[in-house]
Amino acid sequence: MTPLLEIKDLHASVGDTPILKGINLTINHGEIHAIMGPNGSGKSTMSYVLSGRDGYEVTGGDVLMNGQSILEMEADERARAGMFLAFQYPVELPGVAGMSFLRAAVNARRLDKGEDEIDQLEFVKMVRAKAKDLSIDDEMLKRAVNVGFSGGEKKRYEILQMALLEPQLAVLDETDSGLDVDALKIVSEGVNMLRDANRSMLVITHYQRLLNHIVPDYVHILANGKIRRSGGKELALEVEESGYAGIDDAA
Amino acid sequence: MAATLETIETLEQATGKYKYGFVTDIESDKAPKGLNEDIIRFISAKKDEPEWMLEWRLKAFAVWQKMDSPDWAKLDIPPIDYQDAYYYAAPKTSDGPASLDEVDPELLRTYEKLGIPISEQKLLAGVVAVDAVFDSVSVATTFRDELAKAGVIFCPISEAIREYPELIKTYMGSVVPVADNYFSALNAAVFTDGSFVYIPKGVRCPMELSTYFRINEQNTGQFERTLIIAEDSSYVSYLEGCTAPQRDENQLHAAVVELVAMQDAEIKYSTVQNWYPGDENGKGGIYNFVTKRGACRGDRSKISWTQVETGSAITWKYPSCILQGKDSVGEFYSVALTNNFQQADTGTKMIHIGEGSRSTIISKGISAGRSQNCYRGLVRIQPGAENARNFTQCDSLLVGDRCGAHTVPYIVSRNPSAKIEHEATTSRISEDQLFYCLQRGISEEDAVSLIVNGFCKEVMKELPMEFAVEAQKLIGISLEGSVG
Repeated sequence: MTPLLEIKDLHASVGDTPILKGINLTINHGEIHAIMGPNGSGKSTMSYVLSGRDGYEVTGGDVLMNGQSILEMEADERARAGMFLAFQYPVELPGVAGMSFLRAAVNARRLDKGEDEIDQLEFVKMVRAKAKDLSIDDEMLKRAVNVGFSGGEKKRYEILQMALLEPQLAVLDETDSGLDVDALKIVSEGVNMLRDANRSMLVITHYQRLLNHIVPDYVHILANGKIRRSGGKELALEVEESGYAGIDDAA
Repeated sequence: MAATLETIETLEQATGKYKYGFVTDIESDKAPKGLNEDIIRFISAKKDEPEWMLEWRLKAFAVWQKMDSPDWAKLDIPPIDYQDAYYYAAPKTSDGPASLDEVDPELLRTYEKLGIPISEQKLLAGVVAVDAVFDSVSVATTFRDELAKAGVIFCPISEAIREYPELIKTYMGSVVPVADNYFSALNAAVFTDGSFVYIPKGVRCPMELSTYFRINEQNTGQFERTLIIAEDSSYVSYLEGCTAPQRDENQLHAAVVELVAMQDAEIKYSTVQNWYPGDENGKGGIYNFVTKRGACRGDRSKISWTQVETGSAITWKYPSCILQGKDSVGEFYSVALTNNFQQADTGTKMIHIGEGSRSTIISKGISAGRSQNCYRGLVRIQPGAENARNFTQCDSLLVGDRCGAHTVPYIVSRNPSAKIEHEATTSRISEDQLFYCLQRGISEEDAVSLIVNGFCKEVMKELPMEFAVEAQKLIGISLEGSVG
């Protein structure tokens, strides 16, 4: 079976600065991979390069989704093709009603697939049901997107969007940052409910603690723009004990 | 034929002779180019107006001739040759395209995006006249019957001049005097039609009045004049314009709107203006010079202006409130969007005269392309306006890096008890916001539309519901081509 995602010798720069220096990674359907690494190792850059953000220039290599290169696709096309990025810092959209935003996103995907726009009532029901699992109340759904949300609310809202958009590949960028223990639990449970044989995840994190809740199949250590070590979930524990020091040399 | 002869006679009596060969042209539907007393007599005669109205027009014309075009706005207005324009042309459906097949496909694409039914598309594109669309007599009759039952008068202003001369004499020009400004004087001399609304004491108008439904009028023309009078404790909501771009060959528009609210009366006036803005290179487009003003004459009266301005190459417009009554209230909610080479200089004036008068100004300016968008507003507190209050919020949003946003607030307070607040922001659509939307699969155009509509939300919620939905789509359409 064709892997969901294949990253082949990927090089990328921001401005004139090379950040990714030859990443190789294959993610099969249904797998959860964790990327760990020290600050500045290129973790967030990787999430932006995969999702097609402007200003992140691919200078070499390729990224295939279901066997096809996505590098020529715009960010919105990649999203509609099934790539979802849960932001480390979700962005506020003042005045943009949450429900309108969510519906625009869901409809963009449906229209792309040649389906009709979702029925308004059906949509509201669907959002409410999924929001309940993430302890998101109606009042929060009525607010403008991310405006005045606490750190925990923002992250839950990201997972709600993921649940609604049902991506094939979800990239979670430091989803644990800024969360207390309780919030981390709610978010992780939300993510775990979305685990499924057809959905893969790339969990980017600095700390091991998130991986106690979202247990990965594989762990990769990213440092200085390259994957230096790969292993099972026990690798995360090892890093937790001995730190990232010395990882560079192990390559 | 008899009527035509009568018109010729009237004209002969009035002017003696026809310098411009009107005799042969009297049956024509068009006055010759140019502006002079004879043209004004011609318009007045065509409208079958009483003598006092003609006098009024001629006086206005004399005043206008002594005035200069205003140059204080942040607008680059090419010189206008007033002698090179037509001032009277009777509406003729045969001028228009014979079918939708002959209409500019770009226009049709926009109609489709706005979700306008075919019958209305035909109307807007000028294929058929308004009464052909609403040709069912029952619709018209039901509508008129209901208003008549309530005692509401809603008719073309030319009809009101003939039927209700006392009301016209009392109120026309009482809020916007003829000599108020260059364009109001021009309008007073040559206005061809517009709406007249009279709401009697204690009546709440049973429906929202819309120019759209004023079925006995085919063409509001380029010099529209509207007068709305709300007697004590009455209420009316008036909708002007239409979200769809209308076929219009007139380049210069100079409308005058006057509102009068008596004690405890409330007038809500909503506008969506989407006239042709010119092409992406700044060629063509309407020049829109409008004088809109409301007088809150009675205690506790209220006038609320809401406008969504996305059309016209040049917009010069300051819907204002004169707050004479004690505890009277003035509101101005505005969205002005400019793209490509459009220029807008728009805002309001709140003149506080009455004790305890309050005003609110919420202005949202969006500039894209190479456009220039200026908010210009005056808050004036007169000495007698004890405890007057004003709150102003002016927000500007820039799309791209070649456009301009300007805010010019004037504040004059002559009473120390007044409270005046002014807040202003200028921002750009951030790359973060765009990417966030894109990453959810929303296209760039839809993302900009979402973000801009969010920015305008406080104003949009003031629009009547069915208008608001179309206005939202309109914002998106007007911004097309501004990103990417």
